[in-house]
Amino acid sequence: MTFPRDPELPQAAANDVPRLDSATVATEFSGPSRQTIAACPDCDLLNSLPENPHVTMLCGRCGAVLYRHHPNSIDRSLSLTLAALVLFLLSNSFPFLAMKSGGLVQETTLLTGIRELWKQELQGLAILVMLTCVLVPLAQMLGLLYILLPLKLGLRPAFGAARVFRLVQEVAPWGMMEVFMMGILVALVKLGHMATIVPGISVFSFGALIFVMAAAFSCLDPQLLWDRLDLRR
Amino acid sequence: MKENATTAYQHGLVNCHDCHLLIKIPHAHADLLCPRCGAHLHPRKPNSLARTWALVCAAIILYIPANVLPMTITTALGTKQADTIISGVIYFMQSGSWEIALVIFIASVLVPFVKLCILIFLVLSVRFRSAWRPKDRTTLYRLTELVGRWSMVDIYVVTILVALVKLGAIATIEAGPAAVYFASVVVMTMFAAESFDPRLIWDVIEEDI
Repeated sequence: MTFPRDPELPQAAANDVPRLDSATVATEFSGPSRQTIAACPDCDLLNSLPENPHVTMLCGRCGAVLYRHHPNSIDRSLSLTLAALVLFLLSNSFPFLAMKSGGLVQETTLLTGIRELWKQELQGLAILVMLTCVLVPLAQMLGLLYILLPLKLGLRPAFGAARVFRLVQEVAPWGMMEVFMMGILVALVKLGHMATIVPGISVFSFGALIFVMAAAFSCLDPQLLWDRLDLRR
Repeated sequence: MKENATTAYQHGLVNCHDCHLLIKIPHAHADLLCPRCGAHLHPRKPNSLARTWALVCAAIILYIPANVLPMTITTALGTKQADTIISGVIYFMQSGSWEIALVIFIASVLVPFVKLCILIFLVLSVRFRSAWRPKDRTTLYRLTELVGRWSMVDIYVVTILVALVKLGAIATIEAGPAAVYFASVVVMTMFAAESFDPRLIWDVIEEDI
């Protein structure tokens, strides 16, 4: 049994898709210690994790990222999450666009937009926008804070932290702030011919928030967090 | 257990979907929870193909009203104008802002359409036990998961326009019925991508060898 393999793949498995025998697998399951083998989430191939933690490890068969080194992960994610919370408060308390036409000025914040949809009998849509742009990002930030703070302070993991972390990861595809930012830009140009559009404080804080949030998540080391949150030992 | 087993499944192991802990459980066992994160454990996502099919079909049906019905209804100085997604794109092309036309076209027309095509192709290729370029098909799957969210752009534009353009008698913009259908298409395709299990692509190849 052979698999077509890309010889350029940088991982050790390139010369040999690791065929882990049952003895290796059995010793792995003697107790909840740090895992040395991992199954690829995309193709289920068993790979041995590298001894050296400073490398990025790809699956030998499908190329999915199995492991990536994240230096100083808890400090970095925690500080970025705190920054994101501040920016989130800013973004939701100031108008992001104001429209001037004649003597009329119309300002809008994220929440007034959602309220307007609700008033027009489009409750489903209002809930969807509320979820994807406000509630999911907020829940992600608060969840990360809840997990990371006790770890940073050297306390035992917070109650139910593993469950919270699982939820934070599960809702991630539904946080669509960067798509909303794109929507703001399109609306800006679209209304440009009609009236004078003034971008507000919120546009800038929202723009920054997207990058800070993305950075917070890419600094996160799921492997390390799962090890620390594991309460079985 | 096979002699030269390579996958977790063949070793009798289950990879937790959420925390990627490898757990040894008998295959027949149903409804176990991951000891580390509490997620439900399955060797593969349950009923993956059937669920993906159902959601894809629902999305295709919703895709029709989403494109035929108006997305926005603009009232300016007493005249009403209803715009569908496509007529909006054409309007932008003619009025010279082709960048916007391009963004809307890619996000609202191309991405949902291509995403549906890819999902149908993936499901059919597993169904017919294709051995064709499994690695590329896995990459294709990762791509659909990544780009699907960008279809929401148009929904957000409508949200912002509706909130912003309320100038009494001069001009108002209302969200049309297509907005709801279009949002449902996006949600359906996101769920469809989530319920497809890329490991099936590899499973059928292993079984056929």
